[in-house]
Amino acid sequence: MKAAPAVVLALIPASLALAIAFGSVDLGPGQLGDALLGRGDQIAREIVWGVRAPRALAAFACGGLLALAGALLQVLLRNPLADPAILGVSGGAAAGALAAMLAGAAAAGVNLSALAGASLAAAAVFTFSLGRSGWNPYRVLLTGVALASGFGALVGLMLALAPSSQVQGMLFWLLGDLSPAGDPAAALAVLAACAALAFSQSAALDVLILGEDKARSLGVAVTRLQAIAFGCATLATVAAVLLGGAIGFVGLVVPHLLRLSGVHHHRALLPLAACLGGSLLALADTLARTVASPAELPVGVLTAMIGVPVLLVLLARLR
Amino acid sequence: MLEAAGLGLSAGGRELVRALDFSLAPGQFWGLLGRNGAGKTSLILALAGLRAPQSGAVALDGVPLAAVPRRELARRVAVLLQDEDSDFWGSVLDYVMLGRYPTSRSVSSMWVWGRDEEGLRGARHRLAELDLADREAQAYRTLSGGERQRARIAQLLLQDADILLLDEPLQHLDLRHQAIVMRTLAACAADGKAVLTALHEPGHAARYCPFSVLLYDAGRASPGRSSDMLTQANLEALYQCRLEAAGARSFLPS
Repeated sequence: MKAAPAVVLALIPASLALAIAFGSVDLGPGQLGDALLGRGDQIAREIVWGVRAPRALAAFACGGLLALAGALLQVLLRNPLADPAILGVSGGAAAGALAAMLAGAAAAGVNLSALAGASLAAAAVFTFSLGRSGWNPYRVLLTGVALASGFGALVGLMLALAPSSQVQGMLFWLLGDLSPAGDPAAALAVLAACAALAFSQSAALDVLILGEDKARSLGVAVTRLQAIAFGCATLATVAAVLLGGAIGFVGLVVPHLLRLSGVHHHRALLPLAACLGGSLLALADTLARTVASPAELPVGVLTAMIGVPVLLVLLARLR
Repeated sequence: MLEAAGLGLSAGGRELVRALDFSLAPGQFWGLLGRNGAGKTSLILALAGLRAPQSGAVALDGVPLAAVPRRELARRVAVLLQDEDSDFWGSVLDYVMLGRYPTSRSVSSMWVWGRDEEGLRGARHRLAELDLADREAQAYRTLSGGERQRARIAQLLLQDADILLLDEPLQHLDLRHQAIVMRTLAACAADGKAVLTALHEPGHAARYCPFSVLLYDAGRASPGRSSDMLTQANLEALYQCRLEAAGARSFLPS
């Protein structure tokens, strides 16, 4: 299927346009066009440029970061089930965020506390998986899984202790929610930096699929490559989690969608995963905002509800 | 020239090789024989610089392997491992082309959109040589075990190193393809490459390899001319079983 790259690239403007065109307030095509050009109604302009565009870009950045992290982790751990949550970073961020909410912190405090939890988890994974002979993928998996369940228990405890007025906010955070995302500029910058760094290693990542020893024998500095790619994946995951909470399935499904469509060289897979993850999350977030409007659904629920059947259909077709 | 001096290897607390002095010179074709667990794989990994030996050292043209940069080492020494991951999503041709990683002029030329025409020609030539010409567009994952083994050997040959180390290149191969692989390796040695290959059938070593290393139990290794080494007494001691000269029902491809 040679069409995959073209479809993915066409999805970027399409998804962003849909995200800007739809929302809880109905804007007609004329109003939208005027607002996009900075003319006409003040309120429409504010909705388009002040609310929807940043939200669409935040969703794009978040999805791109998750898909990029997933693609990197799947090759590094040589495990098709690897996704950003496996690093324990999402769990650490969730525990941090909920602790801050429980303490009654403001949004900035919640973010800071989530960052602290994510950094703690990342540091633990790095410490425990860097052995004398370099990185050990099994230790990464085990440490990540152990941390994730530990943080899961903490999160459960906090949900049980929290006053009922706070529980809904906590649940939204846990399910993945882009409504408090704010300014997407920093996340977009992290996405661009991570994608560029990962892309620069794409030929070596292709070789790494043959196994660590074979990659070494072909001249790849395996330990350095793993450190760079793990660093990239961790940074991307932290940035995505701070932006949108624990949004699942994008990081797992998007790289597989591309591989199943015949994209396997990392020079194509990594940038296309970032683009496709971004577009799909922008679309999912548009749905989340509009399906039950004026209420908003947590976007993480939608990504799972869309991602699961899509992957199953593709798997069934390729049997 | 790859030289091992005083090489000592052990695994799981068991001594495999003790104080082995051995050199692999250009144009030589060596067979490596020994029982299961005798240390054939450990020796190959140590010679390839993928495992540090417990004692002694391996040197490439006088330079210790640890001091040779990875990429330079990859241009000089290629190794076929016994188990390689096969979770590869691309075609057979893509798979073989990974052998170009160390020889492509720069890393960047691999991911700039231009095609590596020289590499593609080489890859097709190697695929044809190993009877896989009609498989190049097929997904690597859909190959049979023997076809995968040949694709792995094609990738190794495309790497175009001066020294080839192969761990059981004949595994999964049928008679015809065993002969093709052994002849291809012999041709590499005739071209001036140094080749060392672990084998399970002494007949192949006797037929194609002018030199053999026998890895006995308890760390003893003895290198020498195959004509001197591959005697019934030596092989009975090596494999610890009685042998008899094969009769009219034992076949090797002519």
